[in-house]
Amino acid sequence: MFKTLDQFFVVLKHQVVGFVPAAGQPLVSALISVSVIPLVFATLFAFITVFERKGIGRIQNRYGPNRVGIPLTKIRLCGFGQFIPDGIKSLTKEDIVPRAADKVVHFLAPVVMLIPVLLAYTVLPFGRNMTVTDFDAGVLFFFAVGGAVELSVFMAGWSSHNKYSMLGAMRAIAQMISYEIPLILSAVTVIMIVGSLKLNDIVASQNGYTHGLAHWFVFTPWGLAGFILFFIASLAESNRTPFDLPEAESEIIAGYFTEYSGFKFALFFLGEYLGMFAIIGLGITLFLGGWTAPFSFLTWVPSYLWFFAKLIALVFTFIWIRATLPRLRMDQLMNFAWKFMLPLSLVNIVTVGLWHFMDPGPLRWLACSALIFGTYAILGRGLMNHQKLAKRIYRFAD
Amino acid sequence: MLGEQIIRGMAVTARNFFGSYVSKNRLTTVQYPEERLTPKENTRQFPFLVYDGDDWEKGLRCVACQICEKECPPKCIYIIKSKDKKPDYKGQPQFYPAAFDVDISVCMSCQICVEVCPFDSIKMNTEFELSADDRFGGLLLTKDKLAMSNEQYHRIHPTEATAVDEHLAEEKSKAEAKARAAAEARAKVAAAPPVVTSSEVVKVV
Repeated sequence: MFKTLDQFFVVLKHQVVGFVPAAGQPLVSALISVSVIPLVFATLFAFITVFERKGIGRIQNRYGPNRVGIPLTKIRLCGFGQFIPDGIKSLTKEDIVPRAADKVVHFLAPVVMLIPVLLAYTVLPFGRNMTVTDFDAGVLFFFAVGGAVELSVFMAGWSSHNKYSMLGAMRAIAQMISYEIPLILSAVTVIMIVGSLKLNDIVASQNGYTHGLAHWFVFTPWGLAGFILFFIASLAESNRTPFDLPEAESEIIAGYFTEYSGFKFALFFLGEYLGMFAIIGLGITLFLGGWTAPFSFLTWVPSYLWFFAKLIALVFTFIWIRATLPRLRMDQLMNFAWKFMLPLSLVNIVTVGLWHFMDPGPLRWLACSALIFGTYAILGRGLMNHQKLAKRIYRFAD
Repeated sequence: MLGEQIIRGMAVTARNFFGSYVSKNRLTTVQYPEERLTPKENTRQFPFLVYDGDDWEKGLRCVACQICEKECPPKCIYIIKSKDKKPDYKGQPQFYPAAFDVDISVCMSCQICVEVCPFDSIKMNTEFELSADDRFGGLLLTKDKLAMSNEQYHRIHPTEATAVDEHLAEEKSKAEAKARAAAEARAKVAAAPPVVTSSEVVKVV
């Protein structure tokens, strides 16, 4: 019973494909897999936009949107129908292209943003036997297509012919390239231990239980450090607070999409959120055991439900951080990436080597934890000592 | 330690998040159409015209003196003076406004019309749900829409309305006393012939 529930979508797809003549089967199979992803994740995006507004509202002791429910009825659904008017609004708004803009590039940028983001989903395992294409180099593919997002951001910033867009795009490039390094280096640790770039192999190596607890990499010292580094870097990669400098509303008016309106703006918004889900999905696969259950007595819950539960939990953490932390300054952002994240992720790689060659036992735990924590403390002190907290002196304004 | 204050901050926001579901006093939002705050006594939105008695056309205090029309900074008041007169609350024959329009899309709620009115006839309303589907006709309040009974005025501005009533009663009693004195003087004049003066002259002599 639980097994059929777990494999429900897989079996359903096989049934549907069975109706098609054998020659067309690979094509139909691919079409079904590919069309499901935008559908599911666009729905999730719609849900998360309301969820985010409500969550931030609650953190600020407000209600958040709680009016719109099912149209033409009095059912309010706690405001979760809000995305329908939001979508209609963005669809019907005027699409303004600045006179000075490079029109072709300006039009292409949101599309170019969305394509690599959607491509990244093809390698993620959403559940048991639920991967679109199980590449041998899945992790590499993910980071390779993820790197193309920077291109679209710069296309948008450059083609808009606007100083704010340009500043936002430059900031985005600087930030994304700086944080891509710790992001990939923290993912390297997992690849070193598993010995494969295939995401299903990574999940399979975490799919085991000792004393009822799962073998997730986050439950090891290097895995915890790696997960935290990955998490911080993914915050920066998806331009979320406190790393939202490229689209700082209060400084440069939404940065690289200042000159976008209507549906193109909505596409950027969608691309940004889908990118966030994709990178969280990779983080779940690498460190949080993918679709596996945290405890052995919970393995009966369908695997895809675990994946989406972890996804929503991490998105909530993103929202929580957004409601807590203020935006960083550009120099703080760069200092943090190059003086803290990068050394710590390099030390983490050394720790993984140590973990691999030491015999299992408490000594291994102690040595690895001490190495990571010691580095953290020293690097942290280094960052804190550089703080110059003094009264601001205005050199030109007086 | 690096990150210590971040965790502390996260704890604060988490406390607020869960607290907002537990305690209702954290949420200061008033969910407007369903629940609403009782309006403050000194709220003012747009002017209205006070009338005494039951019939608004007869009881309107306005005498069409047009002071408010002249003083209004954005010129949102338009008055046509009547040709005939009708008695006011003191029984004195007065003009009345044949037309009294306030364009609330122009009005800036400055209350100057209220301050200059010598007859306490124009006051500020507390009504704020004035949206209309016709932005020209719907926002031009004619005198039938502006007229509001003194009882309603008491309900929305109790202190001010009581003061106004006292002042009007005083004025009325003063006018009545004056009228009575004048009537008495007239009666006295009628009763005693001008001989009195000659007798006084005699006395002085």
